[in-house]
Amino acid sequence: MTSSTPAKWGLRSLALGYLGLLLLAPVAMIFYKTFEHGLGPPIEAMTSPDALHAIWLTLLMVAVAVPLNTVFGVGCALLLVRHKWKGNALIDGIINLPFAISPIVVGLSLFLLYGNDGWFGPTLSEWGIQVLFSTPGMILASVFVSLPFVVRETVPVLQEIGTEQEQAASTLGANVWQTFWRVTLPAIRWGVAYGIVLTTARVLGEFGAVTIVSGSISGETETLPLFVAKAFEQFNEEAAYAGAIVLALLALTTLLLMSVGGRKAKAQGGPIPITGDTAISTSNTKEGS
Amino acid sequence: MGITVEGARKRFGDFQALDDVSIDVPDGSLTALLGPSGSGKSTLLRAIAGLETLDAGTVTISGEDATAKPAQKREVGFVFQHYAAFKHMTVFGNVAFGLKIRKWSKAQINDRVHELLRLVQLDGLAERYPDQLSGGQRQRMALARALAVEPQVLLLDEPFGALDAKVRKDLRTWLRRLHDEMHVTTIFVTHDQEEAMDVAGQLVVMNEGRVEQSGSADDLYEQPATEFVMSFVGEVNRLGEHFVRPHDMSVALDRDDGAEEAMVQRIVALGFEIRVEFVLGDGTEVWAQLTRAELQKLELRESQIVYLRPGQTKSFSGDVPPPDGDGASTPQRQDGGDDAEVSAAA
Repeated sequence: MTSSTPAKWGLRSLALGYLGLLLLAPVAMIFYKTFEHGLGPPIEAMTSPDALHAIWLTLLMVAVAVPLNTVFGVGCALLLVRHKWKGNALIDGIINLPFAISPIVVGLSLFLLYGNDGWFGPTLSEWGIQVLFSTPGMILASVFVSLPFVVRETVPVLQEIGTEQEQAASTLGANVWQTFWRVTLPAIRWGVAYGIVLTTARVLGEFGAVTIVSGSISGETETLPLFVAKAFEQFNEEAAYAGAIVLALLALTTLLLMSVGGRKAKAQGGPIPITGDTAISTSNTKEGS
Repeated sequence: MGITVEGARKRFGDFQALDDVSIDVPDGSLTALLGPSGSGKSTLLRAIAGLETLDAGTVTISGEDATAKPAQKREVGFVFQHYAAFKHMTVFGNVAFGLKIRKWSKAQINDRVHELLRLVQLDGLAERYPDQLSGGQRQRMALARALAVEPQVLLLDEPFGALDAKVRKDLRTWLRRLHDEMHVTTIFVTHDQEEAMDVAGQLVVMNEGRVEQSGSADDLYEQPATEFVMSFVGEVNRLGEHFVRPHDMSVALDRDDGAEEAMVQRIVALGFEIRVEFVLGDGTEVWAQLTRAELQKLELRESQIVYLRPGQTKSFSGDVPPPDGDGASTPQRQDGGDDAEVSAAA
């Protein structure tokens, strides 16, 4: 059943209007505000030592948290799908915790665990490891909040491909490792890639948990979102907008990298990623950034 | 040599998939594992490949005990019903997979893959992806992939099950010819008795996790060891304790001692073969396979009363003496004789 043309156009404009009002207008406003007086002021704002440090620290979070969660996520998905076990339901539930718990609460719980009165805090500081108000704590917070994405995106794809390709590989002489790299991973790569994009977006934009554990010390423990928040509070609007633009650009770059990879695979005639997935990833990551 | 399985047992939860199964597949033969779904034939094949571990029993491939070997080390070629194509690789990549694992040189791989693609008539499609092939082409690619590594045995799990009738027939003929050329010990699983008889030299009939009988197609058809084999391999009518093939039913218009009265229920023309369905006095439904000429001679029509004389019958229960060639045994006949007359007349 196809709806009549006026109805179709009506629905389309409604959807576009809604998205425009809720998503496009605020983003456009930030772009407009940032470049209101040309390129000079935002560039100046973003090249201050504190801003550069915030960018660097944000990229460091991504560089550590994303690979960690990718390796863990793929391994965990394999465990959940390929090795049926009673404890799987429990693991599955625990993985969803970061979705269920507010980031602020995550930050608080880390604070309790690693603070001077916490379980691990005293022992770790004896060994000279400072977790709170420093990079390790911020990495912990970032890993925590972005943990489920790769698992959640990989599990359905693994279920979808089934086990026959892997069995075929083993009868052809491939060991477990060879089967994983040559057969399983290429088959699930779009799910994993989508999970990575979501993880990256989440880590880039993470505010709540990181605020609590970092103490938000300028030039030391301030990531880009914290930098933006602080600049905004101090009425340094130029820096706030410019920082927001940099965050948006970083997220866009991630998306672009993924869709370039996808187009390459398409050009080679390879299987096209599940189109629904890529379509969703585009919209989702924009929200995330 | 060849493949030997002894005392294989496998249980999935409450389901006994294999119950003390032993088979012996001669070197270089083409053997069919035939049985209905749930008979354990696929499980047996997968156990030979090492894709399923047995609860008990041994698997010997080419004289070597393979029971404890993982699939990876058994050197078997396995073809799956749904192809199990590596979707992210080209046809070339698929066929080359096992060779790359074995670290062949690029030039060697190139030669071998193209040789195989010619063999399975896919040359020219090397750069295609599995998604761009038809079902028959995909299955031939899977076969080339399995053969590339020169396996000691080739195992095919319902290889034509997902294909349409025409393609299935072509591939069948083609597989038989391929086996004539390659002589690799081959086992293939099917639930289609015609397919099994058409392709394989030796058949193993399985039912409920056990082997019912093995032998040539003729053996199974002419001397079925069990009731199951008799009814699974070829068509059969059941007359009390006796079984008779539809083509062994002779139909007469005149009353005849020892022949059974029956009423023609339905006449179905299937090309050269005519299927005539009867109902006996005791309500038993049987059918006879006649030729077109026979039918014309008899001038049968529906509701007509005729006299059936089963030719060769077979009985599998120990209590009933095997009937001689003159007709079915007498006790049963006396049971229903009068009734038959009455109901047929009514």
